[in-house]
Amino acid sequence: MSAQLLQSLFSGLTVGAIYALVALGFAIIYNASRIINFAQGEFVMIGGMAAAVFVDAGLPLPLSIVAAVGLGMLVGLLLEKLAVEPARGAPVVTLIIITIGASILLRGLAALVWDKKIRPLPAFSGEAPLMIGGATLLPQTLWVLGTTLAAVAALWWFFNRTLSGKAMLAVSHNRLAAQLVGISVRRVLLVSFGLSAALGALAGALIAPISFTAWDVGVMLGLKGFAAAMLGGIGSGPGAVAGGLALGLIEALGAGYLSSAYKDVFAFVVLLAALVFLPNGLAGHGPAERV
Amino acid sequence: MAYRSLWAIAALTLAFGAGAQPEPIRIGAFLSVTGPAAFLGDPEQKTLELYVEKVNAAGGVLGRKIQLYAYDSAGDAEKARAYVKRLIEQDKVDALVGGSTTGETMAAVPLAEAAGVPFISLAGAVVIVEPVKKWVFKTPHTDRMACEKIFTDMRGRGATRVALISGAGGFDRSMRAECLKVAASAGVQIVADESYGAGDSDMTAQLAKIKATPGVQAVLNAGFGQGPAIVTRNYRQLAIGAPLYQSHGVASKQFVKLAGDSAEGVRLPAAALLVADSLPDADAQKKVVATYKRDYEARFKQEVSTFGGHAYDGLMIVLDAMRRAGTTDKGRVRDAIEATRGYVGTGGVVNMSAQDHMGLDLTAFRMLEVRSGDWKLVDPRN
Amino acid sequence: MAAAPLALPNNYTYEVAILVGLNAVVCVGLNLLVGYAGQISLGHAGFFGLGAYASAILAARYGWPPALSLPAAVAGVAVLAWLVGRPILRLRGHYLAMATLGLGIIVSQVLATEDRITGGPDGMTVVPIAVFGITLSGERLWYWIVGTLLIATVWLAQNLIDSPRGRALRALHGAEIAAAAAGIDAARHKLGAFVLSAALAALAGALTAHYSGFITPSKASFLHSIELVTMVVFGGMASTFGAVVGAAVLTTLPQLLAGFKDYELVTLGALMMLTMIFMPRGLVPTLEKALDAARRKPR
Repeated sequence: MSAQLLQSLFSGLTVGAIYALVALGFAIIYNASRIINFAQGEFVMIGGMAAAVFVDAGLPLPLSIVAAVGLGMLVGLLLEKLAVEPARGAPVVTLIIITIGASILLRGLAALVWDKKIRPLPAFSGEAPLMIGGATLLPQTLWVLGTTLAAVAALWWFFNRTLSGKAMLAVSHNRLAAQLVGISVRRVLLVSFGLSAALGALAGALIAPISFTAWDVGVMLGLKGFAAAMLGGIGSGPGAVAGGLALGLIEALGAGYLSSAYKDVFAFVVLLAALVFLPNGLAGHGPAERV
Repeated sequence: MAYRSLWAIAALTLAFGAGAQPEPIRIGAFLSVTGPAAFLGDPEQKTLELYVEKVNAAGGVLGRKIQLYAYDSAGDAEKARAYVKRLIEQDKVDALVGGSTTGETMAAVPLAEAAGVPFISLAGAVVIVEPVKKWVFKTPHTDRMACEKIFTDMRGRGATRVALISGAGGFDRSMRAECLKVAASAGVQIVADESYGAGDSDMTAQLAKIKATPGVQAVLNAGFGQGPAIVTRNYRQLAIGAPLYQSHGVASKQFVKLAGDSAEGVRLPAAALLVADSLPDADAQKKVVATYKRDYEARFKQEVSTFGGHAYDGLMIVLDAMRRAGTTDKGRVRDAIEATRGYVGTGGVVNMSAQDHMGLDLTAFRMLEVRSGDWKLVDPRN
Repeated sequence: MAAAPLALPNNYTYEVAILVGLNAVVCVGLNLLVGYAGQISLGHAGFFGLGAYASAILAARYGWPPALSLPAAVAGVAVLAWLVGRPILRLRGHYLAMATLGLGIIVSQVLATEDRITGGPDGMTVVPIAVFGITLSGERLWYWIVGTLLIATVWLAQNLIDSPRGRALRALHGAEIAAAAAGIDAARHKLGAFVLSAALAALAGALTAHYSGFITPSKASFLHSIELVTMVVFGGMASTFGAVVGAAVLTTLPQLLAGFKDYELVTLGALMMLTMIFMPRGLVPTLEKALDAARRKPR
């Protein structure tokens, strides 16, 4: 395999792993509430920015990351409690606008509380790239991939083996029935936002050593993560991951072999084609529709 | 009865007092303080505010205080247009300094031309002053000049086969287009032309393609923001041996900090402001840049940026023109700006003319190299 | 609309009014699609941008007089919307949202990348419209042009909604499968709403371009699409008047907030959230309900 091809694949994996983590966050909230949380990208931004700010302030890296994840989770819980819960009966489009408003608010707050500088974060295990077959891979990419896989495994265990996880699954399948057997939908929503935000923040801290962080990184990442989640079939965790990796690979291969100027266009064209021909995404099952 | 006369006296005093205050000189600014070009607008706004304050403290210009009307156009040309309308019609400004990005500047140009308001732009593209427009000037070096400076330096190192990699933003695309245009006359051949998107996290695919292109002797990355820092890191990650050049868009310590060790050896053209401390005392710009750097850093606790420097130059040129013209009459101020000669700014020595509304030549750009995390002049004689 | 010029002191306020009018035209069209037919579109700014650029490029590079390039651009975009709409409108809900989002992004990226034709991300200058040798310029003239257009659009929308076709659209929104069972050709009506709203967006886009004298790809961006949908939802879905009000409020608000600089984003976001939480159906329907309730109170 040529060095250029291998390098393009590695590039796609790096970027794809990032998209996968963001997409996973979308999937969790959608599963519990059928809401597309357009503020998901901002959770990622908060995680990266908070970690960078804490490190700048002198905290050791691991502690900064934990604190950043904690902050992200807090923001997610607040968002659910203050914005989503009061609007629970509203039509879907209204909820979408609320999350969009939340993303604008969070971005504005980040610019105000922190600043507009681009910040780096030190890599977790060093910057020296690994040489594999003539191409290079950053160790940080392995961290991102590893965490994504660990997250998927942990979530699977949570949803299938614990009572609270099963309760969340129940809500996503049939809210009324779940309520009838005594599951608190409100609590499930709260947990889903908190979990998704924590995951997003962790993603932000993982990504920052590769692509830096700033007050506005959430916009593009959120968009691509959403696209990846749709590609994988919204509502499916493994689908989200597969969608993320696929999107990253399509972009990198498009850049390396077709035209790097049009790589984003290429990726979205492929996405559109996939949606039209595979209307339920890669995972194959979509939400059932009630008449 | 006594009260009424007291009120009358107070009212009269106020009226006289207000009348006695001379009309302030109104300077209008529209800058990208937030949004994708906050990198530019933020130091520009800070600079304008700082220096309007300083000039007023020293007595103002023509015995009048300066009033600054600054709006945030957030990198959006439509917003810029609306704000410029507001500045001209509602705030009735005497001159405009602003337009952090080319898009915003070009949206404002027809308004300034139609209303006859002198406008000094802070954006980079050569299209702003070419063809020359009566009321529009600019302070930053053009992207074409950056290309010429870089290509000359490359030729000097024996590199004639050049690969280009640029981002998706206006600055990036404009500079790329200019570099493609002047390459032949500058004696270099562009053998590869790759791009990356806004917010991309990894450019190794594009760089691998460049690495695989035969005979690449130097690489130029035209961009600003975090893209060039990522490109630089990826460049070292792939161990590409050819020299890497960046554009004046990343002429800031922030770029060096972000790129870290991988920035070592990277060259870029920049204003003398960045190496103020290491300029020889005999250098024409030494005094101006050293003073600006000291004042800005003391007030804002932030590194100076060349973009803030352009705002400083823009403001000072307008005020200097008003002093020379002895009036704020827009037509006479415009003529005075056009007659600026030998003005020493942070960007260089400015000599405007009817055909040249920017006034800088290639010597205003210094070629810098990153060494041990700091800027070094490549040729101190330059 | 006729009384407003008395209240508008200078050209700047006319400019804002014109912008409001143009946005309102897009929103009324978008409302037909989102509010009445219940289809989500997160890429409508793409049609706006295409209309603008098509007219600008035909005029600047091919020498067409703008009086011709404008209708040609609108017609072209309508045809494109028809071609693209057929496969895409088969999707539902969030998938449709994603597809329209993707379309909008593709359009804005192509516009930004093909810089030899479009001038790239920095945009291009646009020639003003000249009809029978008279150049249409000046804020007052355009105010009347846009105002008349808006009234015509609202009239068209209201007539459409009250017609059998309009009732079919509304049935779609309620329950697509049930509507199909009742014999309504869902696909045809959805497509019609999609194409009409795209044409209106293109018209507003082209007019904006010729009025401002300048156009940039950011007019076709994802953020602009979101702004448009927000205006429709904020003002009140399934309410033509609501779409106009939404456009008016959300266009003038950033101008009013101009003095707040650093706080602009925070205020905008907070406002969006609060209004949607407390008025989930949008401003106008909520006010209408409140007025109704007040009227019915026993005295």
